[in-house]
Amino acid sequence: MKRTRLAGLLLASTILAAGTATAQDVTLTIESWRNDDLTIWQDQIIPAFEAAHPGIKVQFTPSAPTEYNAALNSKLDAGSAGDLITCRPFDASLSLYQGGKLADLSGLAAMANFSDVAKSAWQTDDGAATFCVPMASVIHGFIYNKDAFDALGLAPPATMEEFYAALDKIKEDGTYVPMAMGTIDQWEAATMGYQNIGPNYWKGEEGRLALIKGEQKLTDEPWVAPFRELAKWKDYLGDGYEAQTYPDSQNLFTLGRAAIYPAGSWEISGFNAQAGFTMGAFPPPVAAAGDTCYISDHTDIAIGMNAATKHPEEAKAFLEWVGSSEFAALYANALPGFFSLNSAPVEMADPLAQEFVSWRGKCSSTIRSTYQILSRGTPNLENETWNAAANVIKGTETPEDAAKRLQDGLASWYEPQK
Amino acid sequence: MAVRPRFHVAVFLAPAVLVYTAVMIFPLFNTLRLSLYARGGTGPVFAGLENFRTLFGDPHWSAAFWNALGNNVWFFVIHMAVQNPIGIGLAAILSHPRLRFATFYRSAIFIPTILSFVIVGFAWKLILSPIWGIAPSMLDAVGLKSLYAPWLGKEDYALTTLALISVWQFVGIPMMLIYAALLAIPEGVLEAGEIDGITGWAAFWRIKLPLVLPSIGIISILTFVGNFNAFDLIYAAQGALAGPDFSTDILGTFLYRTFFGFQLQLGDPHMGAAIATAMFAIILAGVCLYLFLIQTRLRRYQF
Repeated sequence: MKRTRLAGLLLASTILAAGTATAQDVTLTIESWRNDDLTIWQDQIIPAFEAAHPGIKVQFTPSAPTEYNAALNSKLDAGSAGDLITCRPFDASLSLYQGGKLADLSGLAAMANFSDVAKSAWQTDDGAATFCVPMASVIHGFIYNKDAFDALGLAPPATMEEFYAALDKIKEDGTYVPMAMGTIDQWEAATMGYQNIGPNYWKGEEGRLALIKGEQKLTDEPWVAPFRELAKWKDYLGDGYEAQTYPDSQNLFTLGRAAIYPAGSWEISGFNAQAGFTMGAFPPPVAAAGDTCYISDHTDIAIGMNAATKHPEEAKAFLEWVGSSEFAALYANALPGFFSLNSAPVEMADPLAQEFVSWRGKCSSTIRSTYQILSRGTPNLENETWNAAANVIKGTETPEDAAKRLQDGLASWYEPQK
Repeated sequence: MAVRPRFHVAVFLAPAVLVYTAVMIFPLFNTLRLSLYARGGTGPVFAGLENFRTLFGDPHWSAAFWNALGNNVWFFVIHMAVQNPIGIGLAAILSHPRLRFATFYRSAIFIPTILSFVIVGFAWKLILSPIWGIAPSMLDAVGLKSLYAPWLGKEDYALTTLALISVWQFVGIPMMLIYAALLAIPEGVLEAGEIDGITGWAAFWRIKLPLVLPSIGIISILTFVGNFNAFDLIYAAQGALAGPDFSTDILGTFLYRTFFGFQLQLGDPHMGAAIATAMFAIILAGVCLYLFLIQTRLRRYQF
């Protein structure tokens, strides 16, 4: 008798559990490479969305940036990927869309909040379909230790000449490593080096588009000159920079041991939390005073919908919210350094972020030269650029040889460059 | 008399055969099949040996492949030249009857083997780091700071450094195998040698070593297969680009980059499968060479 009652109780409890499960909220899972932002999503962004949308729960499940693309592709193929997919710009996401993994979002009302340039990184080549809602761009420049600059009587350099003069002075003084950068991870050299200072030489969009059309070559002066500058950087990097990793560089700067950090604006929130000194920022110095300045304002991050999601309606509701100005203000302030692509202007409180975004007003913006179309083939131009930039800084390859190798690689598969 | 069909044999073999087929044989042949296709507009299209022609004929692909293979050979050479002799030496010392704390040494030397690659890669990266590492300060303490170099970041040293880290991690395996083989040598044989005047080192070189040669052969082949399949340590320490300047790129990392893609480079399962097939062929050739040329000539002794 007792046993039947127990069984009855168990049975009842399962029915009860099943009953609550059906009434339970829909849970959306977000795939992302921004594991640094986990707490911000959990504590600020997701609660704000959930408060406005009862019945939808959101989970942020990031993976490491270097593993994201491979992991995401495998998960999508296996059908185990999340409902919402954080989109890399250009081809990585385009191929997912063409492979039917990302849904077409052209019909979202929120798409009207973004300019064509903002959307260009997540559209088909003809611009007919947009498959991710743009979230943010990142701006390149240099972050410096203001206390160190004040102690040495230095002002933020505006020209390349002043830049090297400042580096020489810091080096002579010896208190600080002049510049915090390592070459072992390679991408620092390419992204924070070549793509950071490069736009001033190839004149931003003008050079980038000419390269895509085949009117300029990577062996032309505007494309070799940034490599020549990088080759001079070696003397200003710390001891053993060849084995210095990206986190090493970040720590070296935030611990106050280095004076200048070639940066992307995404560093701002991390640096604010870590650094115990005042920081300032300056845009990539120009060749001669008064030259037009160009900055890399790279459309970096967007979010799309897994075409195979079981909850398309809820996912679309989330994406509409991501496209709203409410999200733009929340995101830009929670993550200073990720600048909203939303057409509505966003007020930002962080002074360093304000400094970065102020360059949009006085310089011309461009995106990273290797991202659109040019990294579609093998050898992959972006990955080759990492390697070339690291080699040039170490001095194991001359700027001219590196440029020639990149050009040969590109010309081997890219029709307009043949 | 008719032989009764022995169905139970098939029944008992079935689970193992099915599992092995599902997780080993099918993926292996599917990989070989995958390498014969290429990505088409709507789906994979049959391409015959086109992927292999690209791999060996295209200057970029073949340069990367031969670079990875060359690095892999060097990785293997270091293991054969450093790991296995040290392993044999350690086993010989450990099997010495009068050594005290033998069990402790044995465990201590074997422990790195059970550590994860990620931990080993990360720990050694920190030890050798020019900024926070203890290697520069330790060398400084004995006045040899000038010998320090950022080894993992220099093209000339990075691969050798990583190979030595891997040796450090895996030296316990040859040690254990040889140790077991040494213990299996009957006392009688050694005593007979002693009566004939062969003791100490002579006994090791002339009696023990010939008797453990088959074990050394097995270790060599395990090292060969392990090294040509290696990937984890390089990936954990240097990332998928196997820097600096591809100087630590071995077949495993080359395969990973190609198959899964990296950063802006999209994964290409078909070229990846072609590389995997080439790796399979290299390992198969190596193992066959060993089995037919060396293993058959090794003399075995029955006690």
